Amino acid sequence: MIPPSFDYVAPKTLSDAVAALGGNENAKILAGGQSLIPLMRFRLAGPTMLVDLTRVEGLSYIEEKDGWLRIGAMTRQSAVEHSELVNQKYSLLADTVKVLSDPVVRNLGTVGGNVANADPVNDEPATMLAYGAEVVAVGPQGERVIPISSFYLDLYQSALARDEILTEVRVPAPKPRSGGAYLKLERKVGDYATAAVAAQAELDGDDNFASVGIGLTNVGLTAIKATAAEEFLKGKAATDENFREAAKLAAEAAQPIADMRGSEEYKRSLVKTYTVRVLRLAVQRAKGG
Amino acid sequence: MSKHHITITINGKAHEADVESRLLLVHFLRENLNMTGTHIGCDTTSCGACTVQLNGKPVKSCTVLAVQADGMEIKTIEGLATNGKLHPIQEAFHEKHGLQCGFCTPGMLMTSSALLERNPHPTEDEIRHAISGNLCRCTGYMNIVKAVQYAADKMAEGGQNG
Repeated sequence: MIPPSFDYVAPKTLSDAVAALGGNENAKILAGGQSLIPLMRFRLAGPTMLVDLTRVEGLSYIEEKDGWLRIGAMTRQSAVEHSELVNQKYSLLADTVKVLSDPVVRNLGTVGGNVANADPVNDEPATMLAYGAEVVAVGPQGERVIPISSFYLDLYQSALARDEILTEVRVPAPKPRSGGAYLKLERKVGDYATAAVAAQAELDGDDNFASVGIGLTNVGLTAIKATAAEEFLKGKAATDENFREAAKLAAEAAQPIADMRGSEEYKRSLVKTYTVRVLRLAVQRAKGG
Repeated sequence: MSKHHITITINGKAHEADVESRLLLVHFLRENLNMTGTHIGCDTTSCGACTVQLNGKPVKSCTVLAVQADGMEIKTIEGLATNGKLHPIQEAFHEKHGLQCGFCTPGMLMTSSALLERNPHPTEDEIRHAISGNLCRCTGYMNIVKAVQYAADKMAEGGQNG
């Protein structure tokens, strides 16, 4: 399968990339290409121009600054997977990247692509919702910061304007007594999630939840922030009983459809089971276990 | 639509060509250069039969545009042996019978040789994790894992001797 013809540019600067994107209303950004190129080959996407970010300087980095983990949009997933900083301090992201597609795909796939693609099958959107991350977008008008909670609008639709480029994802640095985890059921390595749950928890001195974020993968048109479950847990004790109550609310927030990966009921039940398990793991890690 | 003049260094040799932007790297290798050692399996970024090394890292060449690789270095299965001498990973797959039909083998070798570059003494878990993006429908992976372990041992011995 060969994609339809298209123009291709590989600008060296971000401003040239923004100009190229703005100059053609059917242009799309090419990051790692691991989602877009297959879509084009199946002719499910037909941009008339690709603006390749590979040669734009300064879009690949993982650094902690001013209380945020800043990840450049073109940072390859394998760089995140092997980052000591991520593996030591960002357990939710570390979990996520290890089950995101497969190790060969992760050598090209990028964090910016996974987040900006706004496809509910991708793993990092739910993780970023659980973290309360932010994304940085650059367009002709300059730069703006978008909270991830208002980034996902619909299937393949994000808050990015057509001529804006996502340049950075920012994850808040975890406070002391924080922990996170990601649990994904997949039929095989490289498959999209049947369902997956991300959780990031912070405990207070009494082991009650100071804050908690929960995100759901591939059980709706976008990644879903399980807001009711988060609100239920806030201030409550980190007990199995409370996890189970929150899991019910998370399952209610899920909007799965039946497909080859399972029925609606099965996926809802999976969200419930995995929410309990992921909260247990997040709390265990928050306590230093 | 747009044509591009590209130069890609493949197995140490620079190749120049004018290519359409939609030309996939695997087709460039197989059809333009007649390097058919790299296989096309699933065509859907799943199976890893088309794996080559791009700047030292294994990637699926069915999901890379040739023009994206302009100026970069590619290593394919044809570049593993040097001066007629098999790479230890090739020897190991032969010795441990790490294949049956052989279709996945070029990709499997490109992924596992890159693993050994990065991690010369991988555990069995690390080997299984590293090759989890390369599918083999024949072997059940047992002999592939043994072959990678064998190659790691051989390369360690070679390092000590050399």
